[in-house]
Amino acid sequence: MKNGTIVTIDNLIKRFPIGGGEFTALNGISLSFEKGEFCGIVGPSGSGKTTMLNIIGSLDSPSEGQTDVLGTPSSRLNPKVAALLRKKHIGFIFQTYNLMNVYTVYENVEFPLLLLRKPASERKKAVLDALEWVGLTDKIKSKPPQLSGGESQRVAIARAMVKRPDLVLADEPTANLDAENSHHILRTMETLNKELQTTFIFATHDDKVIKYLRRIIKLEDGKVVGDDIVKK
Amino acid sequence: MIAFKLAIRNLLGAGLRTFLIVFVLSVAYFLIIFMNGLYQGWDKQARIDMTAWEVGEGQYWQEDFDPYDPVTLNDAHAVIPEQFAENSEQGKTAAILYTQATIYPEGRMQGILLKGINVNQKVLAIPSDQLVPENDEIPALIGSRFAKNANLNVDDLVLIRWRDVNGTFDATEIRIAAIFSTTVPAVDAGQVWIRLDQMQKLTGMPGEATMIVKGADSELPMEVTGWVFKDHKFLFAELEAMIQMKSVGGSVFYGIMLALALLAVFDAQVLSIFRRQREIGTYISMGMTRRQVVGLFTVEGTMHAIFALIFAAIYGVPVLLYVENTGIGMPEGTDDFGMAAAERMWPYFSAALIVGSIVIVMIATTVVSYLPSRKIAKMNPNDAIRGKIQ
Repeated sequence: MKNGTIVTIDNLIKRFPIGGGEFTALNGISLSFEKGEFCGIVGPSGSGKTTMLNIIGSLDSPSEGQTDVLGTPSSRLNPKVAALLRKKHIGFIFQTYNLMNVYTVYENVEFPLLLLRKPASERKKAVLDALEWVGLTDKIKSKPPQLSGGESQRVAIARAMVKRPDLVLADEPTANLDAENSHHILRTMETLNKELQTTFIFATHDDKVIKYLRRIIKLEDGKVVGDDIVKK
Repeated sequence: MIAFKLAIRNLLGAGLRTFLIVFVLSVAYFLIIFMNGLYQGWDKQARIDMTAWEVGEGQYWQEDFDPYDPVTLNDAHAVIPEQFAENSEQGKTAAILYTQATIYPEGRMQGILLKGINVNQKVLAIPSDQLVPENDEIPALIGSRFAKNANLNVDDLVLIRWRDVNGTFDATEIRIAAIFSTTVPAVDAGQVWIRLDQMQKLTGMPGEATMIVKGADSELPMEVTGWVFKDHKFLFAELEAMIQMKSVGGSVFYGIMLALALLAVFDAQVLSIFRRQREIGTYISMGMTRRQVVGLFTVEGTMHAIFALIFAAIYGVPVLLYVENTGIGMPEGTDDFGMAAAERMWPYFSAALIVGSIVIVMIATTVVSYLPSRKIAKMNPNDAIRGKIQ
């Protein structure tokens, strides 16, 4: 792995059993991602974007080929190691926000730090910082059902960022949002990417997101058909 | 520790659902402790009362005596052995002579057990010192149950008929000297107590007895020729068996309550795992292993039992303390139990009972919480994150 490379994918193949046969979701993908990138995997539904994000996030494992995420090769990826990798280094943002409805905004954002067993004072500071980044300090006592879609996704961003991960994986983060909210959260993520040097990898087919990306990897039928750096 | 913290947050966040389960579980706690406390209190009270009124510190039975075979009473008598003489004179033993007899209250005929007891005895609570004869009369003691059944009052004269040692019928009048109140039916129902010396005279059995009841401060040999010592284990066996039987009946009742509460926990767990798949996937994406998530859900289920314990303590401790102090009035029908049952029953809640009940409910709740949670270990986190039904 090159210095500054945080993810390397080499000839990745992912198959899923379907009925009596198999469906190849990813077919011979080779890619690498550098620290601080703000890039997206773009393609139509069923092209394998989410599958690739899940493999990078160690939520899934390759059928063939190798991955190396933050120095952890897929060959060493048992459930404990994978969980540790996610806990310490990877943040997730989902299309459906996936916030805990019974927790307040503060508690939702605090959750990853509880898993990391951070002391209470450190947790409090980190949570308030994260909520300030996304502009939700006035909502700390609210619960997710009381928030709008945009606010919920901003809480999800704060939760993903609160532990200062090396890598954030965002799966269709704007799919449930209107244009204004989409731009708002994308600007927030872009700022965080620049300020904290966190690598963001998106899986999206939303043009609003694509406009913000600095690298666009096009995926079709499980194969990379384009990998372009966008000059801004 | 973190699982506890998260479980408490999740349960408090779940609000009414948590409260309902906690309420049902708390009722199960309360009923288990209350019912068992009632039986323990009954057992304890019955032992104390039976010791005071009937069994003392053990009994020596004449070797032919069989309380379940009335025919043996004709032969179950023998001269009180030398070994008992000194203790008997000091009232440290109660010598009792039995015979079958018939009483005729208000002209009605009723079978009874006529018992003679030494008046100086200090072993049993039977007020034998009130058997003081005036002139040639025969003073007698009866229990309040029998007095009520036979419609007899103090100073009533009533005819009794018995057979002496030779099998000859004889009859005389006795005067009811006193009526005592006891919780022990075995010394009350169908029993008439007279002085031992008079009884020996009536039956033609001088110096004889059927049974010697040992007192607490008497020093007697365990083996006496012609007499068989019966200890507390033997004498309380019937009581234990009856309480055991009633306790089993009671445990069916609270077993059903506990099963309902556990069903609620199980149901809540199954529903929780079904409805919270997205949350489970999110936990895994944030770095929890599946085993940790299984642990979290199991702890969550078990926490219901802890909350229920606290809730049950809030309303249960005052109620149990009140009941322990004031007792519970027993219905009149308890006289027919055939065993010691007071008019009021004082439950007894031992530490072992409380701790045992808590442990049983905790273990049962943990098991029913764990069983459905195992499904999480088989979940695909990617599908779970999207909330796809698995």
